[in-house]
Amino acid sequence: MFDIVSFIPRAVAQATPLLLGSTGETLTEKSGNLNLGIPGIMYVGAISGVIGAFFYEQSVGSYENANAFLAIGIPLVCCLLGSALMGLLYCFLTVTLRANQNVTGLAMTTFGVGFGNFFGGSLIKLTGSDVPSIALSITHKFYAAKLPFAKSAGVFGKLVLNYGFLVYVAIVIALAASWFLNRTRQGLQLRAVGENPATADAAGINVGRYKYWATIIGSMIAGLGGLYYVMDYASGVWSNDAFGDRGWLAIALVIFTIWRPNVSILASLLFGGLYILYLYIPTGTNMAIKEIYKMAPFVVTIIVLIIISMRKKRENQPPAHLGLPYFREER
Amino acid sequence: MNEKKRGPLAHIVKRPAISMQQAFMIRALAILLAIVVCAIVTFLLTGDDPLSVFRTIWEGSFGSERRFWVLMQNLSILLIISLAMGPAFRMRFWNIGGEGQVMIGVLATASCMITLGGTLPGPVLIIVEIAAAIAAGAIWAAIPAFFKSRWNTNETLFTLMMNYVATQLVAYFIIIWESPRGSGKIGIINQKTMAGWLPQIGKYKYLLTVIVAVVLTIVLYIYMNYSKHGYELSVVGESERTARYVGIKVGRVFIRTMLLSGAICGLAGALMVAGTDHTMTTTLAGGRGFTAVMVAWMAKFNPVGMIFTSFLLAFLQKGAGEVATQFGLNQSFSDILSSIIIFFLIGCEFFIQYRIVFRKEAK
Repeated sequence: MFDIVSFIPRAVAQATPLLLGSTGETLTEKSGNLNLGIPGIMYVGAISGVIGAFFYEQSVGSYENANAFLAIGIPLVCCLLGSALMGLLYCFLTVTLRANQNVTGLAMTTFGVGFGNFFGGSLIKLTGSDVPSIALSITHKFYAAKLPFAKSAGVFGKLVLNYGFLVYVAIVIALAASWFLNRTRQGLQLRAVGENPATADAAGINVGRYKYWATIIGSMIAGLGGLYYVMDYASGVWSNDAFGDRGWLAIALVIFTIWRPNVSILASLLFGGLYILYLYIPTGTNMAIKEIYKMAPFVVTIIVLIIISMRKKRENQPPAHLGLPYFREER
Repeated sequence: MNEKKRGPLAHIVKRPAISMQQAFMIRALAILLAIVVCAIVTFLLTGDDPLSVFRTIWEGSFGSERRFWVLMQNLSILLIISLAMGPAFRMRFWNIGGEGQVMIGVLATASCMITLGGTLPGPVLIIVEIAAAIAAGAIWAAIPAFFKSRWNTNETLFTLMMNYVATQLVAYFIIIWESPRGSGKIGIINQKTMAGWLPQIGKYKYLLTVIVAVVLTIVLYIYMNYSKHGYELSVVGESERTARYVGIKVGRVFIRTMLLSGAICGLAGALMVAGTDHTMTTTLAGGRGFTAVMVAWMAKFNPVGMIFTSFLLAFLQKGAGEVATQFGLNQSFSDILSSIIIFFLIGCEFFIQYRIVFRKEAK
């Protein structure tokens, strides 16, 4: 029988990195920057957090000595800093130096994934462990800390309350981003920059500043997705390449939700669910079917992309200036 | 009162035109700076003096005949995929689906080799598998182009998604055809009969790939610079409206060019499976579809320039891999070095197109 009570929490665990990644990317894309470096940024966010956590754990030694505030704060700050720097690099190249966004983004992904695996590998060597991974059990306990009564609160508790704090943070960020984009003046101006920077510029909006801020904040949010993956989902264990294709899945999710972070809360659950669905559907010995399930998110994203381009509803289109550079004198 | 209104400290001016030498100097300077940064990074990480590290990089690529041929093989495959990217980018069609187009070519070749292995005579099988790979790649690439021309569907996102569909298809068929059962791998296809394997030229396993790469470079150089199609590409790239105005059917150009791009990518896939690797894995393309985008872009979509840029990246990949092995570093080290160089090359384009004018102190 399909066990929904155990399925949902696992789907949520898969969904959270995607939700954070897609919220960050949506914010970025609304400014007209198609940041294909997101997979790299999520790696950098994750490894920066891991490095912070690693040195913190080295300094305290045991769980009893650890301070909850520092154990959560240090990796968090490291993660935000690392991903913000990546966002800054992207903006410097694409906004200030007007480089091609696709090329810059792909280079960022190469760099970020390489950076993550390199420092992950170095830390593994530093610990001298036999298995190719680093286990950060102390900080993991703080990141995965749950409400004490969640388990005893029945099905509701198991499905809704029994997660680490980053899951709720992700949902709050998605809702906040949605509110920001649709209900605030800055959100409106940001969208104007993504749709038509020349008009926005003429209206006195500082195009460059909006692009910078949207991309850097977007990168920080996406970086959190990497942090959640290592610290909570993977039980504080970093192993190289474990994060996999999730960054690209996050970009797919942006399109699937038609650039709406609030829709992404449920859509990420769908994508995350498809990732693990094969565990819950009896397939016998046919393991191949799981690869088809993993393909499904990309196929439905393509279908959504085609449908929105066919229907031409204006509110469902990608930002009109997505992926294009803006130079005031080239109008 | 003496009120002085001052302009901004510096502003940017577009350069009218820049001589070849000047542009070359800027790029050379960028590479030099990048190498300095790489040297510093390497020094910080290995603690060894940078010169000996660079010697190791050199040795990693040219140290022995075998290493040289491996470099040539990597270079050729990367070059072929980059050549495929060129025409589409020239018309500003952002095809970042090279990875998927290669993978679908890989899948087509492998499936021909596996299913038709014992049934067709050798040469026929080779023709069939290469034709299948080319057709598969071409169709895979033409799908986004069709939707772009018909409904203006965003091609960057479409081609990006197609990569993963292709990779998952490969993963699916690997499990279907896995041998031995339960290993999750395909192993060497037709190891005993060698059916469908491309012939080896003399004792050089990789020479065929190199020859194909050279021929394709020449063909594409002519195609892009001296053919009507190539001219149409440039016009579409410069301005779609102009192209429409002069009567070029832009949609048709999109589809035609993507058919070509995909066909070359499919061929690259066939060369890898039937020519050298004789197996199929999900990582066979290994991100080269993405690297090729950067290679093509850095060469300004000029096929001859791509020889140098793909050499640069293949060389670094090999050499930095050697450094990583020698100093007990991680293999990802090469990714970091090559992306530093790419960042610098991306950044330096700005100084080729624009120049910065500083404020002159007003008297």
